[in-house]
Amino acid sequence: MPHIVRLPVEHEQILATLQVFFSRILQQTQVDAMLAPVHLPMKHVVMPSLVADPGKMTGADPLSPSFPMNSAKLVSRLTRRSGRGRFAVVLRPCEIRAFVELVKLKQGRMDKVFIIGLDCLGAFSNTAYSKFAGECGRDATTRFCNHVLFGGRDALDGFDLASACRCCEHFVPHGADLHIQLYGGNVRKEILIRCESDQGSAMADALKLEEAADPQDRAMVVNDLLNVRKAARDRMYANTATVVDSIEKLTRYLADCVNCFNCRVACPVCYCRECVFMTDVFDHDPDRYLGWAERKGMVKMPTDTVFYHLTRMAHMSTACVGCGQCTNACPNDIPVVELFRLVAHRTQVAFDYPAGKDVGDRPPLAEFRESEYTEVVGL
Amino acid sequence: MKDFEPTVIAFVCNWCTYTAADLAGTSRLAYPPNVRLIRVMCTGMVDPQYVIKALLEGADGVLVSGCHPGDCHYINGNYKARRRIKLLKTILPQFGIEPERLCLTWIGASDGIHFAETMRKLVERLTVLGPGETKLKMVI
Repeated sequence: MPHIVRLPVEHEQILATLQVFFSRILQQTQVDAMLAPVHLPMKHVVMPSLVADPGKMTGADPLSPSFPMNSAKLVSRLTRRSGRGRFAVVLRPCEIRAFVELVKLKQGRMDKVFIIGLDCLGAFSNTAYSKFAGECGRDATTRFCNHVLFGGRDALDGFDLASACRCCEHFVPHGADLHIQLYGGNVRKEILIRCESDQGSAMADALKLEEAADPQDRAMVVNDLLNVRKAARDRMYANTATVVDSIEKLTRYLADCVNCFNCRVACPVCYCRECVFMTDVFDHDPDRYLGWAERKGMVKMPTDTVFYHLTRMAHMSTACVGCGQCTNACPNDIPVVELFRLVAHRTQVAFDYPAGKDVGDRPPLAEFRESEYTEVVGL
Repeated sequence: MKDFEPTVIAFVCNWCTYTAADLAGTSRLAYPPNVRLIRVMCTGMVDPQYVIKALLEGADGVLVSGCHPGDCHYINGNYKARRRIKLLKTILPQFGIEPERLCLTWIGASDGIHFAETMRKLVERLTVLGPGETKLKMVI
């Protein structure tokens, strides 16, 4: 351990091979149900679904560029309270990292869940995916998959990856029990699966999967993509930093915000049942609004927009994994993820805490030491 | 900016710094009236939100002040406060809020003189720094 096993691919049907693999897991192992992205029968849309019937796996589609929500929150629902079920969950790397954060925040448990991670091919924004799936129909996933793995890094027919994915360097999953490798080798012939835990190895044994070796070119392929992504990320950090470096500029950046709080609803690590911004604390009396308007001359309604975003940064920037669902959820196309990823990056550097890396780490604001950060004390 | 009088919001803990402020008062020590004290039971209850709100509403500086390390009435509240101030001093300067506008100090209950001195120094510093951007620009 870790060892590598192989899934032979017939007729270059990568997706069908994975569907059969998932249904075998349901049939031949102790797993009761699997949470995976599945095509809904009524529309070309892929949604995380909990599948108990192996026959339903024909709709599974973990390779689609659809990413309607971060499933970490769903895994939290499946594991936070005890039940009889044993779940396998198919997750993108950012979903695994978000779930790791939720486990640390006591919002889920690792022991009842078997994690299947995939090398992430990236995703489109919700609106772009909807258009792409509308144009390509049933071939959408195959076309996307072939383009990312064998085509190029340019946009596919004008459809580019979501902004969060374009600067994501965490496309290889960490913390999965089984890791389905897509980069390197030739996935048209065989898919290699790395067993990254004892549970994972036991599953591979139970399914009688053949041993294999890492393809020679994998390290190089992964490294090349890593360099591209890191360069894009650093450009994004630099650009974003300059457009928000004063309160006036930050206000301009957020000017389209209507306080719908969709970004916090979509955020996998904003776990509060009731956000303070939804409570009576912000249910101001008319006289308070009048007071503000009189004091300042005018006040934008609803109020507290910058306050909300800055507070959210203080509350979750230690745990942000940069999945981009905040941007996906914004009705007014504010590039939320760029701002939050930049701030989260700096917060996580300040506390030497990479979010989502290790379930054994303690969140920075959940612990303290007697002698530390003395530089922030004093005038 | 000769007429500029900075506004300071100070979150002070009941057991140490507030008591020190009380002592400064009963000892008739003079310190600038620019400071609005908000008594909290412990610096460990100062949510970063309070600090952000104060700064956005036009405070030129925010002070959080409590017991010395090891002296916290609730054992470790001041250590939690220190981490939160570290967090805020990481986040806020990215948006042009100078880190000098946010201060954390430890002032013990018997330190009335130190309290008055700290207030003088802080107000002096903020006077030099000038008004915060939030006072001059519209914040949504």
